[in-house]
Amino acid sequence: MKKLMLGNEAFARGLYEAGCKIASSYPGTPSTEITEEVAKYDEVYAEWAPNEKVAMEVALGASVAGARSFCAMKHVGLNVAADPLYTAGYTGVTGGMVIAVADDPGMHSSQNEQDSRHHAIASKVMMIEPSDSAECKEFAKAAFDLSEQFDTPVIVRMSTRVAHSQSAVELCDRVEKDLIPYEKNIQKFVMMPGNAIRRHPQVEQRIEDIRKYAETSPLNRVEYNDTKIGVIAAGISYQYARDALGSKASYLKLGIVNPLPVEIIKDFCQKCETVYVIEQLDDIIETHCRKNGLNVHGKDTFSLLGEISQSIVREKILGETAEFTEFPENVPVRPPVMCAGCPHRGLFYCLSKLGVMVSGDIGCYTLGATAPLCAMDTTICMGASISGLHGFNKARGAESEKKSVAVIGDSTFMHSGMTGLVNIAYNATNSTVIILDNSITGMTGHQQNPTTGKNLKGDPAAAVNLVDLCHAIGIKSVRVVDPYHMAETEAVIKEELAKDEPSVIISRRPCALLKYVKHNPPLKCDHDKCVGCKQCLKIGCPAISIHDKKMTIDHTQCVGCGICTEMCKVGAIG
Amino acid sequence: METKSIMIVGVGGQGSLLASRIIGNVLLSQGFEVKVSEVHGMSQRGGSVVTYVKYGDEVNSPVIVKGEADIIISFEQLEAARWLPFLKKGGHLVTSTQKIDPMPVINGAAVYPDDIIGKIKAQGVDVIAVDALTLAEQAGTSKASNVVLMGVVSKKMQFEESVWQAALEQCVPAKFLELNKKAFALGRAAE
Repeated sequence: MKKLMLGNEAFARGLYEAGCKIASSYPGTPSTEITEEVAKYDEVYAEWAPNEKVAMEVALGASVAGARSFCAMKHVGLNVAADPLYTAGYTGVTGGMVIAVADDPGMHSSQNEQDSRHHAIASKVMMIEPSDSAECKEFAKAAFDLSEQFDTPVIVRMSTRVAHSQSAVELCDRVEKDLIPYEKNIQKFVMMPGNAIRRHPQVEQRIEDIRKYAETSPLNRVEYNDTKIGVIAAGISYQYARDALGSKASYLKLGIVNPLPVEIIKDFCQKCETVYVIEQLDDIIETHCRKNGLNVHGKDTFSLLGEISQSIVREKILGETAEFTEFPENVPVRPPVMCAGCPHRGLFYCLSKLGVMVSGDIGCYTLGATAPLCAMDTTICMGASISGLHGFNKARGAESEKKSVAVIGDSTFMHSGMTGLVNIAYNATNSTVIILDNSITGMTGHQQNPTTGKNLKGDPAAAVNLVDLCHAIGIKSVRVVDPYHMAETEAVIKEELAKDEPSVIISRRPCALLKYVKHNPPLKCDHDKCVGCKQCLKIGCPAISIHDKKMTIDHTQCVGCGICTEMCKVGAIG
Repeated sequence: METKSIMIVGVGGQGSLLASRIIGNVLLSQGFEVKVSEVHGMSQRGGSVVTYVKYGDEVNSPVIVKGEADIIISFEQLEAARWLPFLKKGGHLVTSTQKIDPMPVINGAAVYPDDIIGKIKAQGVDVIAVDALTLAEQAGTSKASNVVLMGVVSKKMQFEESVWQAALEQCVPAKFLELNKKAFALGRAAE
């Protein structure tokens, strides 16, 4: 049976068919659906871990126990999990262990554009890269076999367009894998210097063994057509090249991106007149070619930035451009915005009004940085809001403590925010931290987390009590506010900023998109009362606009949250 | 067969993912190779969103580039203007007449162009403009304007109506099926 599947869904199917038993991940676009989909198979235990490091350690533990195991993360998540990755490279596995990492060239939903292949090279771990949904499934299955064959974790590199494109996939049955019997093996799994020093040569030998395998592996393949142009590419870049050049070029499609083969690349380069390496982001294949004395085109032709496409390949290699029609006027941009009814809006309006320095974090609420609220000063990575605020306040002193806050979501706080809060309590700044508790992991599309009281399958689970947790960390002043009530929220922020002690404010209101959240009927503006003062526009609600000098509310978007009524001085909204 | 391209454009939250799934299933059932490319994550939050559907004997790149789309289906007028350069010469633009102000317009930093549909037609483009929102509300919910537009588009493509009905049944949860079938029928009867 053939089914249209997202790359991520097909990947999950591959995990299922390969007999994967344990999956542990932290959500991150564009990797999230792999774990959501694999959780639908009862034969696979799947969970959301609090962060990627925990997830990878869970997967490694399951592998040591003899199970086929899996973890998924986005590219920046692999930075968080880099610590276990680099040593899992030394220990190797018992049951096959597969790691999915999803890169986001073009930064559709990310804070940077890093190329995960660097981690594979640095950790000396095998990495393979599929180019469509059918390959996602096949590569996931191959990854388990290769992991067990070479005694290594195997990373499968995904990218946005592969993860989030649907194409046809042939479904197969699951092949159940029994647990491999557990045997204590101190030399292999206790990585203290005396043991690790003996593992390292094995790591080097293994990468050479895999390189030899890569020379003949079916995952790497050559397609000869016209040999005037030769293209070396992996993953989605291969699809762009094939789309643009068709039979006008020959292709070396690399499925194994670490370690890279040498002989088949040399052979391909000899047979083709001009060879282009087409790779998104960094020049990893190109550098490998040059290191082996091969003269190829790469970043002299293509950019280090963003995504490639078939039109870029066509233009750069064939010099062809397409004809198209432009709209004759300037088209205003439409950046993402907080949804109508978003509980973060009221809080950010208060922060904007108070003019405080806002140390921001990763989530929907990063949109608090956009106009008209503009209430964010920094956003770096998961958890950096709290630790960054502590550093900011240590540098600028007591005055700064009265004029600065950190904002962080509930899921991000559990991921890596709470260690920063421990630091605030332990190393003493009178910092004010606001936890935006919308009862879900929002940006990645509503995943449960340790504060929500439900697990990945939606079953009841232990819920972290944020108030108790903050108290236990050593924060005495912990307040809870409802951000739909802006006057009260503003008053509490002012009080906590004034205190000579660290404090936490929990801004609590479930995400307006959650199915169980009951909405009020849309509000209406009484145009006889409206004076056109535009105060209501200051909250940046996408449902509110001004037409003919009067406020109007888009009834298809408004959920009746009512925070605009607090803005209206003449009582026109009701 | 040469690869054909359909783009679905709109504002995050308007339901473009369901629309692309319906078309994708229609095409798969007709034996084509199909790729459907979606955008998830931050840009879904009220931003400009685009979904690509490509089909034919062989489909490589899942994305559509400028001058490549045979059909653009737009859920909103400004988005029709934004993505117009992606339409192939001689292609069809199906657009809802709905307007949603983007934040720069709400803030007064930019102006929403007037008579977008007229200006696109003046470029010699075949435009089918439908008040999909009103039709969706007639069917029972403003959220069904995506399926209304599927009804409109179904007339621009060569497949039997029953094929579309089957795809609807596959993609829409049972309890919303009747409502969506009504929305589809209203779209198909529009113009």
